[in-house]
Amino acid sequence: MGANGEPPGPPGIDRPPGIVPVPFEVRSRTGETADTVTLDLAPRERRGPLSFRPGQFNMLYVYGVGEAAISISGDPAAPDRYLHTVRAAGKVSLALSEAAPGGVVGVRGPYGTGWPVRESAGRDVVLVAGGLGLPPLRPALYEILRERSKYGRVELIYGAKTPKDLVYYAEIQGWRQRSDLRFQTTVDTAGRDWYGDVGLVTARLPDVRIEPANTVAFLCGPEIMMKLTAKALVARGVPADAIWLSMERNMKCAVGLCGHCQFGPSFVCRHGPVFRYREIAPFLAVREV
Amino acid sequence: MSDEAPEELRLADHRFFRDMDPEFLARLTEKAYARTFEAGALIVREGDPADEFLALFSGKVALEIIVPDRPRTTVQTLGPGEVLGWSWLFSPHRWRIDARAVKPTRALGLAAGPLRQLLDDRPADGYRFLHRLLPVIAQRLENTRLQLLDLHGR
Amino acid sequence: MTATPPTAIAPSGELLSVGSRHTLERSDFPRFLAALGTAGYRVVGPIVRDGAIVYGEIHQESDLPIGWTDRQEAGTYRLERRNDDALFGYAVGPQSWKKYLFPSRERLWTAHRTDGSFRVDAEPTDGPAFVFLGVRACELAAIAIQDRVFRSGGDPGYAARRARTLRVAVQCGVAGGTCFCASMGTGPAVGGDHDLALTELLGEGRHRFLVEVGSPAGASVLHSVPLRPASAPDLGAAGAVVARTSASMGRSMDLHQIRDLLVETPEHPRWASVAERCLSCANCTMACPTCFCHSTEEVPDLTGEHVERWRRWDSCFHSAFTELHGSPVRKSTPSRYRQWMTHKLATWYDQFDRSGCVGCGRCITWCPVGIDLTEEVAAIRAMPGVRTAAGGTGG
Repeated sequence: MGANGEPPGPPGIDRPPGIVPVPFEVRSRTGETADTVTLDLAPRERRGPLSFRPGQFNMLYVYGVGEAAISISGDPAAPDRYLHTVRAAGKVSLALSEAAPGGVVGVRGPYGTGWPVRESAGRDVVLVAGGLGLPPLRPALYEILRERSKYGRVELIYGAKTPKDLVYYAEIQGWRQRSDLRFQTTVDTAGRDWYGDVGLVTARLPDVRIEPANTVAFLCGPEIMMKLTAKALVARGVPADAIWLSMERNMKCAVGLCGHCQFGPSFVCRHGPVFRYREIAPFLAVREV
Repeated sequence: MSDEAPEELRLADHRFFRDMDPEFLARLTEKAYARTFEAGALIVREGDPADEFLALFSGKVALEIIVPDRPRTTVQTLGPGEVLGWSWLFSPHRWRIDARAVKPTRALGLAAGPLRQLLDDRPADGYRFLHRLLPVIAQRLENTRLQLLDLHGR
Repeated sequence: MTATPPTAIAPSGELLSVGSRHTLERSDFPRFLAALGTAGYRVVGPIVRDGAIVYGEIHQESDLPIGWTDRQEAGTYRLERRNDDALFGYAVGPQSWKKYLFPSRERLWTAHRTDGSFRVDAEPTDGPAFVFLGVRACELAAIAIQDRVFRSGGDPGYAARRARTLRVAVQCGVAGGTCFCASMGTGPAVGGDHDLALTELLGEGRHRFLVEVGSPAGASVLHSVPLRPASAPDLGAAGAVVARTSASMGRSMDLHQIRDLLVETPEHPRWASVAERCLSCANCTMACPTCFCHSTEEVPDLTGEHVERWRRWDSCFHSAFTELHGSPVRKSTPSRYRQWMTHKLATWYDQFDRSGCVGCGRCITWCPVGIDLTEEVAAIRAMPGVRTAAGGTGG
C-alpha cells in the first residue's frame, strides 16, 4: 500500500487513479430541475490541484450505497473543486442528489478521454447537447470561451425535453447574451410560455453555417440524438473524423477491467467516453452492441 | 438567415425552392404573395380549410396541439427557411394543427388551388416538388417518434 | 527430509540452470511435493471432487487424481479409470487457475464511518504463495492473458498474487475431446513461460517424470529433490508424449482473419440460431480461464459503521450486466452470445493484441446444451456473405 491508501501499480504501467474513493465535502448543492442537482465537491484534505480534461468523469461514491460514473461539469481552470451535475435516476444517483452541504461524498478519478478542445484551436466549433449531455460539454465550453479568440465561430445547440428540464438556467441566459457564442435552445414540447424553439436539435442544424473543412463538432446526449446529429453533420460535409461524441454505458470499475462498458472493441471508461465518430460509427449502426 | 429579412422576399432565396427548375420556379414566383403575422397571431387553425402553402422568411411559428383539459402544447417550431404544412395538398384540405406566430413573421404564400393545379399540370415538376415536401413530413414524423421515446427524460 | 539424493546430481545452481532437464523417478515424487511445501508454498493442484477433477489443496500425493482421466464432449464430462496410475492423466476440468489469481469473490476495500466522514482502507495484498501444480499449456497461455488484462487495469491484488505464484506445468499426455489448443497456438507443448515443467513418462514399465527448469524460482525448489540428468531416451519419450497429444486433438479452430470475420457479421443469422439453444446461463464464462468480467457490490454490516466493497465474477450473459437507465443495452440472447464470442475471439485482439481464447474447450464441455464455439465460427465462416458495414468507415 502506498502512503495514502493508493495501491501501488505494477511497474512500467501508466496506472489510472486508484480503486479507492477519497472523501470530498459537499460545499453546495444547487437544484437544476425537479430531479437534477449540481454538487460542488472539495477534497477534505488538500492534496494539490485537482485537474481534469473536459469530458472526463469521476466515480462518485455514497457511503453504504455505492458508486456511479458522473461526468465533471465544472471549470477545468478552477482546480480546487469538482462540479458534478447529477440526475436522480438510480439508487446511487438518488443518494447523490440528496447529499446535503457539509456531507461527504467519495471521489475517484478523473477517468476517460476528453474533448479535443485545445486541439481544435483555429476551427469553428459546434457543440450539440441533449438533456444531461450539457454538463459533460460545459467544461469544454468554459475552456473555449476563456481563449475565445483562438477559435472561429462557436455554436451551441442545446435540446431538452421541456423548458423545465433545462439545466444551468441562469447561466444559459448569459450565454444567450454573448455576441461571440451562437446559442440555440430547443425543447421537445413546450407550453405557450416558451418563446424558444421546439423540435429536435437536428432541426436547428440547417441554421448553422458550416465550413466543413474547418469545423469540429462535440456531441453529447442520448445515443440516438448523437447518431442523428452526426449523420446530419456528415451530410453537411463535416468529416467523420472531426465529429466527437461521448458514449454512455454501464460502468463499475472505470479502469477497463470489469468489462461492463464494452462497446465493440472499446472500453467506454478507458477508450472513451469521448470517441471519434469515425471510430465508433460502425458499432453505433448495430443494435444491442 | 437573420431576423432582418430583405425588403423584397424572393421565393428563389428560400431553402425549399433553391435550385428548382427556373421555369417552374418562375411560374410559382408569379403566384406568390407576401404575408406578415404579428407575434401571437393565429396563422392557421385546426379544422379550417388549408388553402395556402407558406414559406417562412423570418420570425418563428409554433405548431400547437390542443387537447381538452390540457394546456396548449407546442410540438414544433418553424423558422426561416422552413415551410408550413402539407394539409393543403391532400383531401380534405383542412389543417390538422394550429400554427401561431411566436415572433413577428414574414412569409411568402401560394394559394392552394392554383398551386395544386400547377403541380397536376406539370407532373414531373410536381413529383420533384413532392420530393422536397416529403422530407419535411419525414422529419416531423421522426421528431414525433423521438418525442414519444422521451429520450431526454431518462 | 534429510536423505541425500542417491547418485543424484549435486544440487548446484549451475546444473539446475534454466532450460536444464532432469529425470525424477515416480518414487521420488513425494519428495518433490515436500520440497514445494518446505520452500514455503501452499501447493494447489488437481483433486477429484464431485465427479470432476478440480483444483484444491494438495497435502500428499494421494490427493492427486491417480489413475483417473476425463472423457469430454460438447455438454459432457465424465471421469473414467485409466489402466495405469498416471498422476496427470486427464485434460482439464471445469475450474481454472483464475480461481486463485482472480478469486470469484474478493474484498477490495473497507470503509469506516468516522466523525462526519469516512475512511477507506484498501484490502492488503498479502496472502499465501501458491504453487500451481499441473498447469497445462493452454492454462499457462490463459494466465498470460489475464496477466495482460489485469496489468492494463492496474490491479494490485492480482499483481501481488501473481508475483507470489510458482507455476509447475505438466505436458498433456491426453487431449480432451473438446480441446483445440493446437489450432490456437497455445499448446499442447508447454512453451518457455513457466517455473517448472513436468512430462509424465509411463512407458517401458518405468513411471518417471522429465523435469524442465523454467525459471530461477523453479530451480530453487529443486535443490533437495533427487534428480538425474535426463537421458536421451527420456528426452525422446517426452517429445513423443507431446506429439501424440497434438495428433489426438478433438477439435480445431480456423483463425484466418477471425477478427474481421466476427466483427463484420453482427447481423449474421447464426447469432439468432445459436441463441435458440443458448440458455444465457453464463457457464461458459465461469469455466473460461480468461473471462475477467466482474461486478462490485457494497456490503454494509449491521451497525452501519463499516462497509465493504466486494467484487465478484459477473458475466456478459446476465441481463443486468449492461443495465443503463433501468434497462439492459443487450436485451436479447443473440446479442449476448454475439458479445461473448466476438469479444473472446475478435475484439480481444483490439484490446490485448491477441485472442482471448486458448482452446481449452471448457466452454464446450460445460455448456449444458453443448454449444461449440468452433462449430459456430465455422458456420459463420461458411456463410460470411452476410456482412454489414460494421468493418467499414463511419458516416
